[in-house]
Parts: sequence; structure tokens; C-alpha cells
Amino acid sequence: MTQQKQQDLAPVGPEGPDGAVKVANERPKFAPQRRTGGPMGGGPMGGGTGEKAVNFLPSLKRLVSHLAPERVRIILVILMGAVGVALTVYVPKLLGYATDVIFGGLIGRNLPAGMTKDQLVDALRLAASGGPGAAQVLGMLQQAGMPADPDQLNRLADMIARMTVVPGQGIQFDTLAMWLLLAIALYIVGSLLMWANGWVLNGVVQRTIYELRRQVSAKLDRLPLSYFDKQPRGELLSRMTNDIDNVSQSMTQTMSQLLTSVLTLVGVLIMMLTVSLPLTVIALVSIPVSMAVVAVIGSRSQKRFAAMWKSTGELNATIEEAYTGHSLVKVFGRQREVGTEFAQRNERMYDAAFGAQFLSGIIMPVMFFIGNLSYVLVAVVGGLRVASGQMNLGDVQAFIQYSRMFTQPLTQVASMANLLQSGIASAERVFEVLDAAERTPDAQGSLPVPTAGRVAFENVDFSYSADKPLITGMNLVAEPGRTVAIVGPTGAGKTTLVNLLMRFYELDGGRITLDGVDITSVPRADLRSSVGMVLQDTWLFHGTIHDNIAYGRPGASEDEIMAAAKATYVDRFVHSLPDGYDTVIDEEGSNVSAGEKQLITIARAFLADPQILVLDEATSSVDTRTEVLVQRAMAALRRDRTSFVIAHRLSTIRDADVILVMEQGRIVEQGNHHDLLVRQGHYYDLYQSQFAAAIEEVAA
Amino acid sequence: MFSHALNRLLGRYLKPYALNLALVVLLQFIATMAGLELPALNADIIDSGVAKGDTAFIWSHGALMLGVSLIQVVAQILAVWLGARTAMGFGRDVRDAVFNRTLSFSTREVNTFGAPSLITRTTNDVQQVQMLVLMTCIMLIGAPITMVGGVVMALRTDVPLSAIILVAVVVMAIIIGFIASMMGPLFGLMQKRIDVLNRVVREQITGIRVVRAFVREPYEAVRFARANADVTETALKTGRLMATMFPVVMLVLNVSSVAVLWFGAQRIDLGDMQIGDLTAFLTYLMQILFSVMMATMMLVMVPRAAVCAVRVMEVLDTETTVAPPLQPVMSVSERGEVALQSVGFTYPGAGEPVLQDLSFSLHPGRMTAVIGSTGSGKSTLVNLVPRLYDATAGSVAVDGVDVRDLDPDLLWSRIGLVPQKPYLFSGTVASNLRYGKPDATDDELWRALETAQAADFVREMPDALEAPIAQGGTNVSGGQRQRLSIARALVKQPDIYIFDDSFSALDVATDARLRAALADETGDAAVLIVAQRVSTIRAADEILVLEHGRIVGRGTHDELMATNATYAEIVDSQLSAEEAAA
Repeated sequence: MTQQKQQDLAPVGPEGPDGAVKVANERPKFAPQRRTGGPMGGGPMGGGTGEKAVNFLPSLKRLVSHLAPERVRIILVILMGAVGVALTVYVPKLLGYATDVIFGGLIGRNLPAGMTKDQLVDALRLAASGGPGAAQVLGMLQQAGMPADPDQLNRLADMIARMTVVPGQGIQFDTLAMWLLLAIALYIVGSLLMWANGWVLNGVVQRTIYELRRQVSAKLDRLPLSYFDKQPRGELLSRMTNDIDNVSQSMTQTMSQLLTSVLTLVGVLIMMLTVSLPLTVIALVSIPVSMAVVAVIGSRSQKRFAAMWKSTGELNATIEEAYTGHSLVKVFGRQREVGTEFAQRNERMYDAAFGAQFLSGIIMPVMFFIGNLSYVLVAVVGGLRVASGQMNLGDVQAFIQYSRMFTQPLTQVASMANLLQSGIASAERVFEVLDAAERTPDAQGSLPVPTAGRVAFENVDFSYSADKPLITGMNLVAEPGRTVAIVGPTGAGKTTLVNLLMRFYELDGGRITLDGVDITSVPRADLRSSVGMVLQDTWLFHGTIHDNIAYGRPGASEDEIMAAAKATYVDRFVHSLPDGYDTVIDEEGSNVSAGEKQLITIARAFLADPQILVLDEATSSVDTRTEVLVQRAMAALRRDRTSFVIAHRLSTIRDADVILVMEQGRIVEQGNHHDLLVRQGHYYDLYQSQFAAAIEEVAA
Repeated sequence: MFSHALNRLLGRYLKPYALNLALVVLLQFIATMAGLELPALNADIIDSGVAKGDTAFIWSHGALMLGVSLIQVVAQILAVWLGARTAMGFGRDVRDAVFNRTLSFSTREVNTFGAPSLITRTTNDVQQVQMLVLMTCIMLIGAPITMVGGVVMALRTDVPLSAIILVAVVVMAIIIGFIASMMGPLFGLMQKRIDVLNRVVREQITGIRVVRAFVREPYEAVRFARANADVTETALKTGRLMATMFPVVMLVLNVSSVAVLWFGAQRIDLGDMQIGDLTAFLTYLMQILFSVMMATMMLVMVPRAAVCAVRVMEVLDTETTVAPPLQPVMSVSERGEVALQSVGFTYPGAGEPVLQDLSFSLHPGRMTAVIGSTGSGKSTLVNLVPRLYDATAGSVAVDGVDVRDLDPDLLWSRIGLVPQKPYLFSGTVASNLRYGKPDATDDELWRALETAQAADFVREMPDALEAPIAQGGTNVSGGQRQRLSIARALVKQPDIYIFDDSFSALDVATDARLRAALADETGDAAVLIVAQRVSTIRAADEILVLEHGRIVGRGTHDELMATNATYAEIVDSQLSAEEAAA
């Protein structure tokens, strides 16, 4: 009878391991992290993250539209769900019949044999009425163990009248077996349908999520670089991972449970009505009460959970700072303050977490209590009605089961609302990425083959944001095979020049040509294939040194890869590594120094063998001897190629064919080292302040 | 069933909550017993009320049932209250212990664990164990009580029929155990594959320029598709197991209840049982099976919590290698004197010492510089003076007292450290500058900023000194971070300055200006400076050339240029011959 408790608990179970997938992530994500709570940790219902969707309905519609390819399967799922629910809902009725058979047998055995049911009922009523012949009948009945009180006799008559009973006979096992076998058969079919339903639905959701991930990933390739500048990387990453995961989880749970829950609610309601209208009314009273409880406690606990996540974020930030700045905390004598701050935040989190867990923890017992109230009412009223002959015991039994079946989906639907909200909020964040403006489509022109490498900027205008013009009316020509050094203070637009040449950004005016062809008239891939790039931040992916070099040109032979490695001095340090070229560059890249990483990126560009080179010299402190190698490798790479070098080293600048001195987005001087020094202009000043002093100082 | 580490962790930190836990068990026992009493009362209503038409009995027992329900709900709410107190208190205490233990660590232990790993251990890992405690208090404790109580009630109701319960429990346990055992490894695999997918995405986003420059979008797409397919495949498998479990469990439950009806009917027919007992029995069956299911599901949490407990206990079991002195020296007379005597340092388990036989001293008003290639032991050396590490050989004395005998607060108050990675704390420019001297005036801050060549850009920030600084200082450039970090040390006005490669992100001109300004500011202090760039240290009173943990040369720039090949080579590598001659 108190099965309801467990039925309420049941849906939590499968959710536990499910939620668990997200935990145990070694790399900590801090303040914005959601769902650190592990299984059950989500919220009062173990689901929602408390985030709200902005445009709930349109976004829901759009999410549903992503399911379109799975249309047929979804219809199948709905059909199977409906049939499965119908069966589950119908079985208690069968079990009610079975109970009637047992009850009937029990009563029947004690009734005097040899009479039909109707005769017995008549006899009972006669005895109760006290009319003619009553005494005789009464005596006979009392011999059979019947009561003497007229009221009781009447009620007994009413009860028996409604029962399947043959006086004098015990339980009819044939009939009982029939009902029970039928029930088992329906249970088996129902379980099979449920299983098939879950199986198909799982496929539907996973395929949809696969496709959603693919779309977002493909979308990233079509977004202009400016999009990535505006979006913090962690944020974008979180949309692609956490949010899609969240959509997947809420889809799995809502689609399987919402459907069955709603269908069950409808089915059970119908069955309850067929059994007894008065009892249905009593049972339905518990609905608004339950909903009110969920609403009141639920919303309060939501608030506490929000507070808990907030204080978790703050606490984690404290911890992260204290650990990352560990030595500073000590040497600056802040251990006590940090300890106090931690203790305060830890205490605050304890308070918030306690409130949240307590409130969410009592929802179940309280719901269970309400269920019990309605159960007791149904049992009492049902018992009274059976005793008064208005109902069968089996019907009451069935009804009790129905009323239990009713509360569970109700709680589920309530919790689904939260889960769905959070899922849709995540979906919206994913859709925002999908909806971001894409870069202009590629034109289908072509570059001359072979490309000579003459680059010209013609009247180029560009700015990152409309209100701050950066480059205006820039003209520049780089002849094939020449080295162009770009110098100037930070923010002068040196890197921008490179970005424009690579067509990472679109111009606001003018044009850039390669061998006389406007670079916007050819596919970006063709342009970029003819330009090799070595950047200051050495991006390597998780893989071996060999694979990272091979990245430069698909299909390069082993010999070519080795040649590139040798030419750029990668070969030298690789031999000192235990795994040689198979050394895996991990995320932190701790096994390979910064300078060595730089060498690998140079080797990568070397292998690509482009006509034009873009080099951003590293200024950060690299091991001095490796730095010499880097310098030599870059020089080797530049040979016979048109090169643009964002130069920091004097040697590079002096060797350049053309030096561009940039200031605030303009080229303020052009020429070679000697000419520019003679001119005593910007370059001369720059040279004096940046290099002359240092050279004197060291060489003096 | 619990691991050793988990037992120790729970044993140690649940002790203060022993009374709470005992009360939780008691309350759960009461709640469970009340829950088990309800079916019996219902059976009575049917047998003595309904079957006999005794409405008074139905009413009175109905009221009794309500009372029992009320006891149950009150007991449960109290149990949740105590359980939440206990579990959250446990989590708070463990976090506190781990945090304070970590604060007591030397830089060496922090580096051994790695800061990110320590963070995870203090946050996520503790959380996992805490959730296990909470779930145990709220749900798991009730399961065995329900099982035992249910079996007792079932046996009291009808012994032969209880055989069905035995069969059902065994079947259920086997099925769930089997599915759970398949699920465990799948979840592990799932986590790994999700990590791979996330890494691919992260690389795709962070390396976007390179990917585009080398036109490797198709390659990245293939890599992504593979990772995506792997994740989907595992998700399908786990999803299918989930989809299988529920129907199978429900089937076991339903079939056994039908069995109870069938065999119960026969017992009733024989007069060995009453019909009300049948319904009661059905309820016991449900309760027992559900508690088996709950217990099995909950136990899935245990292995994961056990792993976390091991990681937490590792931190708690680690002793710091720089224990504070038992009888610290609280005052010293000298100022700004540092002496290293035959200092050596070897990492535990490592064969080669990082530092060997180093002897040198710092004096007020003098600048001592250390130069050497990566891996020469420079950073380790720097950590010895503020006692972030303890030397494994020889001694380090500050102001005439061995650092191991000196009061840590006194030691640290003497030192201004500018670390290699300039870390800023979240807050404002001012709060960072005041880190070492909370009562510093704005004038003092500006003066430090001027010296550190940081005044200009701070002045240009929207709120100047009150401009917000993000955690780690990520909202200012590397060079700005470095200059603020220098200013922070200057505000403290220490007797001993330690600059650990602190000028690397500055351009040559700023570097030169900063050094000139620093010389005035650090006039009477002892300065230890570690650098890559020769120009940075050229003016030092003494330069130590470090190679493979040994001093291979010492002297002024000119002396070393003339006599030391290693030093000359370093200078040479930084300026080609023609530049040096220019």
C-alpha cells in the first residue's frame, strides 16, 4: 500500500547514474560550473539548473524541428508508449477481478451450500426484515456463522449481491488462473513495449545530438574570426560541451518521461472514473495539494540551490586563487586572511547547501504523506462503500492502485517543467552559435599557377569596430622573394596587417592582391595554402611531434617531414627526448619547452612550403640557446620566399629588404635600414630607444 | 565494501556527528516501521472492517492509519534535517581540513600535486563523498531497515509465501547487479570519450587561426566526427542499458505480485491466511524490492566516492616538508643579509640533484644576479630564500638566522617576491598592490607604480587604482601584469627583493627604464635577480652563472666576459657579433 513512497523514488534511480556522467571531470571549471552536485545534485527534482529560457516556445519549437529526420521513429515511440501505458493502466483492473474471485471464494465457502447467490440474498433480506419465516431462515443462517443483527444482515446481502460468488464453494481457481495469466501476459507485453520504446527513443535522441554537435562544429568553420574575438573561448567551448550535454540529458528524460507521464495521467484518470466517481473526486483533491506543496517548497529550494551554486562559485574562486598564488600568499604574509576568507565562504556555502538539500529532501516525504492521506481516505470511504454493498472489494483494491499510479506521474510532470526549462535555455545558447552571422561565401576565382608571391595592399581601410578606425588608405607592395619587416609599438596594427593578408578579416575599403589577383576573388583555402604562418603563440594539438609537423601539408612523405625537421633544428632536440618523434605534446606541453614548440611550428610551416610567409617573432623569454636555433630556422624558412615578419630582433630588421614602420594603423615610413637611419625619422627614434641603448649596454 | 581510504575519511570526519547519525538511524527506523505498519492496518480494515461490515472499525483504524502516516512524515523530515546537517557539515569540515593542509604545504608539495589537481580535490572530490553521506542519510540507511523490517513483517504474515520474496529479491539483485556491472565501465569510457571530444573542440577553437592558415578544416572535421561518433556510440550503449533496466525490473516486480496473488489464494483457500494479509503481503513485496533497487543504484555511487576519498586522503596524509619551527626565533638584529652555505637540493626519488654546493650571500644595497639556461635550477634557488622549499643539504640563513629556525611571518615580512609567472588576485589594482601592506596609502601605491613603469597605464584605466582585476590578472596584458607584480613587491618595502625572471615580458626600453628606477627604490635592500636577458643583469654587483645546478662562474659582467666561456656564450647568443659591435 505504501508502495507510493517507492514509486516516487523510482524515477530518481535511473537519473542517478545518468547524472554521474558529468562528474569526475579532472579539469576543474569554476564559478560558472553547474551540476557539481553529482547524481541527484541538480535541484529539488534532480534536474533543473535554475536557468530560464528567454524565448521558451519558439526555442522549443526549433529544438523539436531538429527531431524532424526521426519523425517516423517518434510516431512509433508515441504509439508504443500509448499502448504500453494503456496496458499498464488496465492491469490493476484485472488484478481487481482476481481479488474479487479470491474474496468471493472466501465468502462463498462460508455460505450455506445448495443455494444460488440470488436465493441466499433473498434469504438474508428476509431474515433481516423480521417478516414471516424470518426466524426459521435466521436460525439456518446463524448455523452457517452469519450475524443476527438485521442491519448487518442487510449489508451482507447488499455485499453478496454485488459479488461473484457461489454459496458453499471456495475459490474458483480456474477463473483466478485465467485473470492472473492474462495479467502476466499484459505485463510482459507492456514491459516489451516499454523496452522497445526506450531503445528507439535513445537512438532518436543520440542521433539528434550527434547531428547538433556536428552542425555546431561545422558552423565554427564558417564563422568569421571576429566572432571568436568577441566571444570568450571558454564560453564558446562551454556552449559546445556543457550546453549540448544538458540538451541531451533533458531531451532523454523529458521525451521518455513526459510522454508516458501524461499518457498515464489520462489513462489512470479514465480508469478511476470507470471504477468509482466519488472515489475519483477524493483522489483528485490530492492533486492541487501536491502541486501547491511542490510549488511552495520547490521554489524555495530552487532559490537555495541558486544561492548554493553562487557560494560554491565563490568558494571555488577563493580556493583557486589561494592555490594558484600559493607562494605569494605565503611570502606576502596573507595566510591568515586567506584562511579567514575561506572559512567564511565555506560556512556560507554550508548554510546555503544545508537549506537547499533539506528543502529538496523533504519534498518526497511530504508528497508521500499527501499520498498517504488520500490513500487513507480512499481506503476508509472505499471500505464503507464495500461494506454498504455499493462497491466490490476488488474495485477498491484497483482504485487504491490507481490512486498510487496517479501521484507519481504528477510529480514527474512538475519536475519535467524545470528540466525542460534548463534544457531549452541550453538549446538557446547553442542556437545562438548556429545563428551567428557567417563570413561571406568563397568566390570561385583562381590564383595564377605557379604563384610568384607579389603582394600588394591598395588603399586598404580596416577597423575592428566601426567607431575606432585603425588602418586607413594603406598602400604597400612586397615583391616576390623579398622580406618585409614590420616594426612599431604594440597596438600599431602589425598583427592586423597579417590578419588581413590571410583574409581572417574582411576589408572596409580598398583591396589586397596576390600576383595581381584580388584575394577576395579566390577561395580562402587557395589563398591560405599559398601563405605559411608562424605565430607567436605556438599552437600545437594533442598528438606526437611527428603528427604536428605533418599537419603542415597533408600527404607529405616521411622524407619530406624529416627534411623539414632537420632544416628547422627540430631534429636536434627530438633526439634527446626518450620517445623521439613519437613524443606526445600534451595540453600544457610541459615536456617540450616554449622555444622547442616554436621550432615545431616553424617546421610545420616549412613543410607546407608556401610562396609567402608570415612570421611573428617571439619576444618572450625562451631559453637563450634555443632562441638562436629559432632565429636560424626562421632565416632558413625565409629564403626565396616573400616574407612578412613582425620583427623584434635587430638582425631580422636589418636584413629585411623593406622595413615598414607602423604607428596607429598607418605606415609612417618605408625603406631599408640604412636609408631609414639616414632619414632620422620615426625609425631612427625607434632604433635609438629600443636597440641602441641595449646594444651599448651589453657590448660596452 | 568501502575502501580503506573512504573508511578512514568517513571515520575521522563523521566522528563529531556520531550522535546525529545515531538519531538519523533511529528516525529512519521509526519511519520505516511506520511505513510497514500501514499495510498491516489496511489488512485489518479489510479483514475486520470491510469483510464484517463494521464501519466503526473502519473509521477508527482509518484514523490510526493517519496517525501512523503523520509519525512517518515527521520522522522522515527530522531525518532529512539531521542528514543534511551531517552531510553538509562533514563536507565543510573536510574541505576546511584539505584547504588548511594545502596552505601549510610548501611550494614543493603544491607542485607535486599540481594546483589544478589540488583544486579538484578540495572541491569536486569532497563534494562527491559529501553526496554519498547525504544520500546514505536520506535514502540508503532506510533500505536495509525496510528490507529487514519488510521480511520480518512478511514472515509474520505468512511464512511459506515469503519464499516468493526470497526468489524475487535474488532475481532482482542479480539483474540489477549485472546491468550495473556493465554500466560502470561504460560510464568510465563515456567520461574519457567526452574528455577527448571536449579537447578536440577546445583545440579547434583555440587553434582557429592555425587551422585556417593551414587550411586544415577538413582534417579537423574528420577528427571531430570521429570523437563525436565515439561519444554517441557509448551514449547509445549506456542509454540502451538504462532502457532495458526499468522494464525488466518492473516485470520482476509485477510477476512476483501476480505470484503472490496465486499462491496466496491457495493459502487462503486452505484457511491458512486471511484475505487482508494478501494485500499487506503484496505491499511488503513492493517495499522490499524497491529498497533492493534503491540500494543497488545508490551503491553505484560508492566506487566513485571511494576514488575521490583516496585523492582527498592523499592530501590529508601529506606532511609539509617545510614544517614551522617549534621554537621560532621571533626577532633578529641584522637586516637584509642572506647567506647560502653549501646548499644542495634534490627532489625526492630523483637521482640528480637540482642544486649542488651553492654558497653565496646577499647584502644590503647590493644586487646579486643569477643567469643560466632553462633547467639550470634558477627557480629552485629562488624558492629557497623565502623558504618555499627547504634545502636538502647545507643551510640558508636570513638576517643571520637559519630560515628553519626563523618565525615564518618574520621571514616573509622581510622579503618582496616577484615570481616568474606574475599572478594577480581578483579585486582591484589597489587591493593587489596592498597585498603585502594592507595599510599602504594611495601615494605609496602611485610611487611604486611609477617605479615599476606601471603608472601610465593604470592612470589610463577607467577607475585607475580602483580598476577591477580579474582572477589571475587575465584582463591586463602580460607585460602589465608583470609590472603590477613588481609594484606589489615595492609597496611592501622589504629588506630583500627577489625577482624571478620578472622582466621577460617587457620590451627592452621599458626594461631599461624600470631597472634605472628600481635602483633608486631598492637602495638599501638586498636584491636577488634571476634573468634570461644579459642586459637586465649587466649592472649587478655580482653575477652567478648557473649550469646544471652548480655555479660555474661569478663576478661582474666585465670579469665574466673576459674569463667565463659559458657566460660569453650566453651573451653571444643574445646579440650576434655584428650587433654587439654596433
